[in-house]
This record gives sequence, C-alpha cells and structure tokens, in this order.
Amino acid sequence: MVKSVVGEENFIDMVPNRSNNYCCGGGGGFLQSGYKDARLEYGRIKDEQIQATRADYCVAACHNCHAQIHELSEHFGGHYGVVHLWSIICLSLGILGPNERTYLNDDLKTVNVFHPETEM
Amino acid sequence: MQGVFEEKGPSNRYVAEKEGQMTQEPIRLSGKKTSTFIDKVKELLPDGGNLNLCLTCGACSSGCPATGLEGMDPRKFLRMAALGMDEEVTSTPWVWMCSMCQRCIYVCPMKIDIPRLVYFARQSWPRETRPKGILGSCDMALKNDTCSAMGAGEEDFQFVVEDVLEEYREAQPEFAEMEAPIDKQGAEFFVNQNSREPVTEPDELLPLWKILHTVGADWTYGSKGWAAENYCMFLADDESWKHITQTAVKQADDLGCKVFLNTE
Repeated sequence: MVKSVVGEENFIDMVPNRSNNYCCGGGGGFLQSGYKDARLEYGRIKDEQIQATRADYCVAACHNCHAQIHELSEHFGGHYGVVHLWSIICLSLGILGPNERTYLNDDLKTVNVFHPETEM
Repeated sequence: MQGVFEEKGPSNRYVAEKEGQMTQEPIRLSGKKTSTFIDKVKELLPDGGNLNLCLTCGACSSGCPATGLEGMDPRKFLRMAALGMDEEVTSTPWVWMCSMCQRCIYVCPMKIDIPRLVYFARQSWPRETRPKGILGSCDMALKNDTCSAMGAGEEDFQFVVEDVLEEYREAQPEFAEMEAPIDKQGAEFFVNQNSREPVTEPDELLPLWKILHTVGADWTYGSKGWAAENYCMFLADDESWKHITQTAVKQADDLGCKVFLNTE
C-alpha cells in the first residue's frame, strides 16, 4: 500500500524487515510506564534502522508506534518525519487539507493542498 | 557468548556493548530450588509455553531491543525463572520494558513463549505497585463505557465528532455528504479510535473519515467502546482487559456490525 501511495521508487524498506524487524518500543504500555530513558534506549535500534534508509519520512500505522518513533526522531537527531498511514493516503489522493498536516515536514506542508484557503 | 550469536544489523555493536556490561556479575543460587512461578505459568500456557525447552542459544537476546536494560535480557530472564529465582524474576522492572513484541518467539528454535512469562511476571506485581501511568490509564478507561484511557465520555466524543464533521463539510464541499456516524444500526464496519484524536488533535480524525467516505464504506463508531486503546491489557489486569474488550464487542454486536475495524 505504501508503495502505491508514494511510488515504488520512493519506498525504501528498512533492514531487517517483516517478521525479522524490530519493535520500536512504543507498545506494551512502555509509553505510559514512566521508564522514559529505558524506552528511548530500547528505540535506538529502530532509530538506527530508519536513519540507515536515509528516507525523509517513516510511515507508522499505529498510534503507539507513531508517538514513539516521532520521539526517537527528535531524541536521536534524525529529524525524519513520522506520518500516519492515513495522512499519506489522503495526500496522494489530493484530499489532505491544510489543517491535517501536523506531522508533515516543511517539504510537504504546501504540496497538493486540498482547499488551501481554509488554513487556520 | 558475545559475537557468536549476534545478528548482523545496524545495532550489532550496540547489543554487544550492552551484553558486555551485563555479563560481569555472576548469578549465585541459594542451592535449594523453591520455584513455583515458572511452574504456575507452564500450567497456564498451551504446551507449557515450551518454557522448559530452552537451548540457551541466545537468539532471543541478540535480537531483543530490551537486551541490557536493567541488566536483563530474554534468555537471562527465562534462565532465572527456570533456576527458581522467583523473587528476582517477579520484581525486576524489566518486565515493563519488554514490549512483548514476540520477536524472541519468532527467532527461537523451540518457540518458547517468553512474552507470556513476562506477562505473568507483570501480573505477579500487586496491582497498586504497577507503573502509575499504565495503572492510571487502565483505571480511567474503567470509569465509563467509552473505555477512553483519557477519560473522554460519550457526550464529549459525540460533540467533537459532530463539530469537526460539520466544520469540514462546509470547508471542503466535496465532502458535504461525508458521515461520521455514532451507533448506526446495521453498519458493516465498527470502527474504533484512539482517544488522542478526539481529545487532543481532532483535525487528525479527518483523513480516516475521508478514506472511508471515498471508498464508500458503511461504518460507525460506537457511543460505548469507541476508544481503541486498552491499557488494562498492558497492566496485565485480565478482568479489566476483558471488561474493556467485551464492552466494545458488545456494542458492535448490538449494532449488528459485521466487521470490527481496530485502528489501534
């Protein structure tokens, strides 16, 4: 699905992938457990995987992952964008409005904006 | 132990460093095995979770992001349980740092269910001593039938959904016919929603609604059980986990929905 949305040539999978991939550390209650330092340390592997792809964005399909990876991007200084799957689907369909772009970086904030006049 | 079983990956060096740190202290046994914890868990799991089949190969630990945290790793945790070190196993905060992602089962040649061992170790903590954030989120979700861990009630949710829907129908006339129903009888899909959107970033509700509208999906939220998060599961509180799951499922059943779409 991601390939069809961003274009095959723009999709870079991380290594390892699928069942061999690593958990980001947002799940299992970790985000609410209070062990923040441990959680970020846990996420170091995921962040390294993402940074190794040199991709501008990481797509997350779940909230826990989104919150954790977004924090990893800031914490480890990768500053890649972390977007929900639904955002990039709507972006590709040309129906993503100006106020639905919280997690898009500046490079995509103004791309293919649906009803730009409604920007708040 | 180091090197031989390490996987080749971007974090190889990191894992090796962490393991180096944690193998300094030898584990000393009291001599008398008094274990009951691992035996109890074995009784609860299909095939005993294969908990007595460990070959000590370390594939679990070499690929676990939680390896090294609190001086613990999946193999060490399992070995300590097998050696009857119940006190250590049931008191280490590491069980809250394992996300129970199950990668260790995937790579284990014997398919040992370490995550379930972790789950039952969480459960061995007196409820009030479990991490406050998880506990608070679970308790909040139990307060009303929306099951929202952020405490959003039925009216709060309805107000936000209707308010945002109306605003976007006007602002984006192509979606003037878009719906975001709550308790629509006979809808095909029952959709749930993480509390974060209605409570803190309602504009983020829109992309999902637009996709559902564009594909012509017949869907509904439930006034009860719309919240997708379930911190009671993470708290290892079986009864509360069951209550939350049942509340959502009952609502979907009562509405006659055919498919439960879990967006979490």
